[in-house]
Amino acid sequence: MSRFPDIEFGLDSFVPISVDESGRELTGDVVIRNTVEEAVLADAVGIDSFNIAEHYRRDMMDSAASIILATIAGRTKSIRLGTAVTVLSTQDPVRVYTEFATLDAVSNGRAQLIAGRGSLIESFPLFGYDLNDYEDLFEEKLDLLTRLLRDQPVTWSGKFRSPLTNQYLSPPLPNGHLPVWVGVGGSPQSVVRAARYGLPLMLAVIGGPPIRFLPLIELYKRALEKYGKPLQPIGMHSHGLVARTDQEAADIQWPHWAHIFERAAAERGWARPTRDRFQAEVDEGSLYLGSVETVATKIAWVIRLLGLSRFDLAYATGRVPHEQKMATIELYGREVIPRVRELLSDPAEEPAQDDQSLASASARSSSV
Amino acid sequence: MSSSEPIERRLGIVGAGKAGTAIARAAVAGGYDVAISGSGPAERIELIVEVLAPGARALSTDAVVRYAGIIVLAIPLHRFRELRRDLFAGKILVDAMNYWDEIDGVDEQFETAPAGTSALVQEWFTSAKVVKSLNQLGYFKFEKSRRPHGASDRIAMAAAGNDPAAVAVVLQLIDSLGFDAVDAGNLEAGLALQPGGPIFGAGHSAKELSNLLSREAAAPLLAK
Repeated sequence: MSRFPDIEFGLDSFVPISVDESGRELTGDVVIRNTVEEAVLADAVGIDSFNIAEHYRRDMMDSAASIILATIAGRTKSIRLGTAVTVLSTQDPVRVYTEFATLDAVSNGRAQLIAGRGSLIESFPLFGYDLNDYEDLFEEKLDLLTRLLRDQPVTWSGKFRSPLTNQYLSPPLPNGHLPVWVGVGGSPQSVVRAARYGLPLMLAVIGGPPIRFLPLIELYKRALEKYGKPLQPIGMHSHGLVARTDQEAADIQWPHWAHIFERAAAERGWARPTRDRFQAEVDEGSLYLGSVETVATKIAWVIRLLGLSRFDLAYATGRVPHEQKMATIELYGREVIPRVRELLSDPAEEPAQDDQSLASASARSSSV
Repeated sequence: MSSSEPIERRLGIVGAGKAGTAIARAAVAGGYDVAISGSGPAERIELIVEVLAPGARALSTDAVVRYAGIIVLAIPLHRFRELRRDLFAGKILVDAMNYWDEIDGVDEQFETAPAGTSALVQEWFTSAKVVKSLNQLGYFKFEKSRRPHGASDRIAMAAAGNDPAAVAVVLQLIDSLGFDAVDAGNLEAGLALQPGGPIFGAGHSAKELSNLLSREAAAPLLAK
């Protein structure tokens, strides 16, 4: 029997401004409606969840995830609807509760959340928060949100909002609804915090070999033990794109990947992107990009390597046209996910203790 | 540094995040006795240190400063002024911090700092000997690139500071961590090591790095 019985396979979107096939940028409203269509397709092809991020930037239309998710809820049947991530530090947990408990109601129990500190901090000045409170804000708001989800009526006081006394919030949530994961980017303190709350862990792995997250997973498990919490699921979010061939996938994504990193190079002083670096991310890093077989092999490999219960693909990143985002979703749902499940249920795919490399996993799966 | 002085084998690290724990791992591997602190009591980071930097010890920041003569400061840049100005009196303080507006917020002073952000660190900790170093590579590339002395593909890291003896100690540290060490000159020269410069994140050999540094040093003169 598989060690991986019911893995969740999700899609994550930043609702990025994309281009049409002639290379012209679409307007924000069109991009939002396209994203709804992408989620509707994701439901139709059997993907487990669709999750929307939170930014306040010119090139990302994900500033009000709950509204987009509610629209998707009305047009879908099974897919779970979540965030990736909710920047809880600069939100009011009371409002987060009411919005997502309502989303849970309209979607018939399909809402979920990933709460994080946010890797970009544009929401701090926007909502009038002080960056010096970065840690304390997240701690306090996570505390209040988990209380609201589990212990109503809530009596609570904190530093950053008015106290609550015997407070009930509507709509009430059925037991076990609205699961909350904690999203982390690699900060050890955040990993320990997730364990302290006994919440499942979602790792954002956006570059470099995923094996470097193994020590953090060890830290998470040790911390759960220390705080007397039961073992929790661990998930991962990474970027990728699926096409008919490896070459086609790379040719579609490369110019848009380069566009993102060209800007980061100009704004933040990062190294400029090169096709070699891009290919290195595909070959040994954190881009899940290529043909169905290539992507399925790599996802199955990373699930085994890190012991994951959830894999979210941040699909066709950046300005990749809607049509190609749709093509990726179609292939991911209809072909990649079934193939990953097949690879994971085959004991012959188990790596030897001393060779957990992707190259060996590829060699094994192609010899089947 | 004269050869009669003992080589410092103790290292203190203030900051137990991604960078601090990566430097701690490398320093333990390089034969240093390492003490590390986070913001708060030592207990809070004990498990982190045990799992991510085995062999290092978790202490309070005050205890870390007492423990070693050379201290690496690896906290978000916008928080260094929360530390007492005399905290590192007489110590060699390795400034491994970088300004990132997406983490530190947009800060006019950090943004423009004409002599580099390390000059502001030195201005705050007047009684410390500030050396800018260990800031040039992301923590992952830092770990991946470490090589034994003499390896053909060893890359270099630079150190910049106003106290030559302090710089010499940091050059020794860089070598123990697995990199060729390059003396970049005075603290102001550290400007060339910041994000946005030609050295940051690149991973040059010692020769390439020295050439880039002399070109950077000449650039303002050529501009005039």
